[in-house]
Amino acid sequence: MAERQAPPYVTLRGHPLTDDEFREREASTAWTPRLEYAWDAGTAISRFLEGLRQGAIYGVRCRQCGRTVTPPRAFCELDFKPMDEWVKLSETGTINTFSICYVTWDMKPLRVPQIPAVIEIDGTSPRVGFLHLVGGVRGRTVDEIRRQVRVGMPVRAVWKPPAKREGAITDILYFAPVRKRAPR
Amino acid sequence: MSLIKRKPQRRVAIVGAGLSLFMRRALDTGKELSYYAASQALDAAGVRRKDIQAVVMATAPDAFDGVHMKGEWLLDGAGGVGKPYLRAYVGGGSGVFSIISGWMMVASGLFDLVLVVAEEKMSSCQPHPQGAFLTIFDHIIERPLGPNLLWIFSLEQQRYMAAYGIQNEDIALVSVKNKHNALAHPAAQVAAQLTVKDVLDSEVVAWPVHRLMVSPISDGAAAVVLASEHVAQRLADHPIWIQGVGWCLDTSYWGNRDLAYPRYVEQAARMAYEMAGITEPRRQIHVAEPYDPFAYKELHHLEGLQLADRGKAPDDLARGRFDRGGELPSCPSGGLMGVGNPIAAAGLMKICELFWQLRGEAGTRQVAGNPERGLAQAWGDLMQVGTVAVLGVR
Amino acid sequence: MGFEAATRAYDDAGVTHQDIDSFVSVCEDFHEGTSITDEYTPDQLGAVLRPVHTVAGDGLQGVAAAVMLIRTGIADLVAVEAHCKTSNILAHEQVLTMALDPSYERLPGITPHFVAGMEMRRYLHETGAPEDAVAMVVVKNRRHALSNPVAAYGEVLSPDDVLASAAVCAPLREREISPPADGAVVLVLASEEAARRTPKPVWIRGVGWASDSPWLAARSWGQASYASLATQMAYQMAGITKPDQEIRFAEVDDTYAYKELQHLEAAQLIPRADAARIVLEGGTRRGGRLPVNPSGGSLGMGYCFDATALYRTAEAVRQIRGEAGRAQVEHAATGLVVSWRGIPTQSGGALVLSAD
Repeated sequence: MAERQAPPYVTLRGHPLTDDEFREREASTAWTPRLEYAWDAGTAISRFLEGLRQGAIYGVRCRQCGRTVTPPRAFCELDFKPMDEWVKLSETGTINTFSICYVTWDMKPLRVPQIPAVIEIDGTSPRVGFLHLVGGVRGRTVDEIRRQVRVGMPVRAVWKPPAKREGAITDILYFAPVRKRAPR
Repeated sequence: MSLIKRKPQRRVAIVGAGLSLFMRRALDTGKELSYYAASQALDAAGVRRKDIQAVVMATAPDAFDGVHMKGEWLLDGAGGVGKPYLRAYVGGGSGVFSIISGWMMVASGLFDLVLVVAEEKMSSCQPHPQGAFLTIFDHIIERPLGPNLLWIFSLEQQRYMAAYGIQNEDIALVSVKNKHNALAHPAAQVAAQLTVKDVLDSEVVAWPVHRLMVSPISDGAAAVVLASEHVAQRLADHPIWIQGVGWCLDTSYWGNRDLAYPRYVEQAARMAYEMAGITEPRRQIHVAEPYDPFAYKELHHLEGLQLADRGKAPDDLARGRFDRGGELPSCPSGGLMGVGNPIAAAGLMKICELFWQLRGEAGTRQVAGNPERGLAQAWGDLMQVGTVAVLGVR
Repeated sequence: MGFEAATRAYDDAGVTHQDIDSFVSVCEDFHEGTSITDEYTPDQLGAVLRPVHTVAGDGLQGVAAAVMLIRTGIADLVAVEAHCKTSNILAHEQVLTMALDPSYERLPGITPHFVAGMEMRRYLHETGAPEDAVAMVVVKNRRHALSNPVAAYGEVLSPDDVLASAAVCAPLREREISPPADGAVVLVLASEEAARRTPKPVWIRGVGWASDSPWLAARSWGQASYASLATQMAYQMAGITKPDQEIRFAEVDDTYAYKELQHLEAAQLIPRADAARIVLEGGTRRGGRLPVNPSGGSLGMGYCFDATALYRTAEAVRQIRGEAGRAQVEHAATGLVVSWRGIPTQSGGALVLSAD
């Protein structure tokens, strides 16, 4: 009905296949590529990763615009000048946004959800954050997790033991909610 | 501040459009899908492949097809053999960028008749096309965390909701509107009559995103024929003019941006508005096709396009402003949420929709009031690129 | 690398990144190992929140896009960028193999260079060219590279050295395939008015690009038909009617040595089937009648995937400016660049450049 009453007013072409039809057909080829790449980290990220191995989060400051950012980069993309003032940042931060993910990339269900988040590390300019995971949270349902994780909440990095660190972003296991302490 | 050096002298019009079906999995190859859409656009324009002087192809990640340099592989289906053929690629923004690239070709004076094709065949990618997106993340500081595509959308949606106090019920209304609109679209893959409750009852994939808030994996193609002014006058009674185009790419450091507002969409829109001489978009744009790969994105983008106040698009939606019968119909086609999302083809599908709407040929999808100017927008990369085209009857 | 190339290019043009109106990047996902490689382009060009787009194609298609953009009037200065880190790609042959049609053309267990081997065989057959001529291209370009400070593979070779190298897919030999290199190129293009305000403009008189059928089964193996179409388009734009007389030197794609000969004939710089003779006589050396690849080409500089065409262009620009040092061709007033996307494509571009 839509075809006759709406543009382009001609039969649209295409042969949809259901999953079963796809599986039953003989005429298909498959190819599993072997694609391997070895990326150089670049000068800035290499130093950042080394910092992680030491248990520290580094950022850089641009002398021109004054922004302090992480992850560090070799040049300020706004001023287009080299960035070489390295700053050791705190291991605490604030949750800018988070999500509770119940599926893998190929849409298989996850029993225990992952909680990706953008963490704004203390000591950086406003709205500067990077991707990581939130952990140390009880429960699996959306409601349970939302009771413990909120936008704007303070978090602290939880590290792998020094011997297990590799100089990778995963040297931080996750960021955990900071429990409120009584003021001194 | 001016975003263009000067207004272009040469005018460019759309004189024909074509589509294939949008399907979850097509038997047809990418070349065949391109051919369906391209040949239909040529027929509609009343021209033949030999008249075409150049071809632009838009198609998104090569990883979907498992073919390196897939632009080359697809070129025969797009009518490119023996011609100047070029593939422009800005991730999901490619669908609307394809027409910008075609516009450049004609507005430069180099060509008078150009074919623009956008194609996507996502289904070849096993076990799931989402796998193609695993490699969009920074290889050193993001991929080791095991991210998947849903993360970036859910993180952005959550930021948008938290920044403005928006509820999931407000967002679910986009799915309802677009899937309903798509019932009248012949290419539609996922049209449906739903309620907000249906949407929120669907499983949570990555909170706050529910399954019915996500556009599907699709195979499909779209095409348009562009012509210079004197050729357009000869070919078509009602050519639709490309009045303005804009595009903008933000930094790849997406964690260093405020995700609540797509400033790159605003920049792209401002560039297009400047070219089109638009100073009051809310009054001067009569129909909109913003990019809606996820329900919340339509709202997010409408705000970036200056068609709604920041954080207020959900209110406008709730009171019917964006319905097909409302003050500013948005996604009258049914959008990606209703018609389908073969990545690059989806953006060009929106252009096709505006072409028909502005000619009063949209049949059961027609928005009332003789719209004279429309806007299509696409988005892509790592929440970075905005591509905008303003079309009009003059 | 991109940042460095961009900084130098902007400096050379006497502009800053903020003066650039629009940016074009030329890259392919599978060369980067990243889907939607476009994402990672703006920062190193100083192009954040600016109009940036990617042409997933040949470097000269990127240049063509910039030319068209400037001719629309909305931009006066456009930067075109390409880079390659071949050293990051561990299984390049796998990547190349994936460019072949998966249903009909992708043969497992055979090097993808078979496409070049077959083309070369047909070219030699149709033209009667001896393999020595192909070997001489390698000798010439590697020698030219010795005078080029950015070239990676300059060396002194004899034709026998080339002919003695292992057969990759006969008649194609190992030394006839350009070896990989890493690099980045940024070009700044300007409208006439804007160009006159820069220190050393080199003028684009004509640009062309074309694609012939991607199917292996539907091509003229012995001829570079895409290059004929592309050069014709560029010549028409440039008002060139006798290319063999009006073009002083050429930087043409030599990804495989035989391609240089094919491209010269397709570009009508040398009559069909005559390229071999002229190469053997030394006519295409830097001091010869028609210097070809005075930079060393890809054989001498290294093969840089998507950046290759831009390297050819940058080298041609240096020649026309008289800045090529020991690699300088005399009276290099008008040059031609011919590019190719590599196997298994039949796509390439052409650019006519001149001093005024």
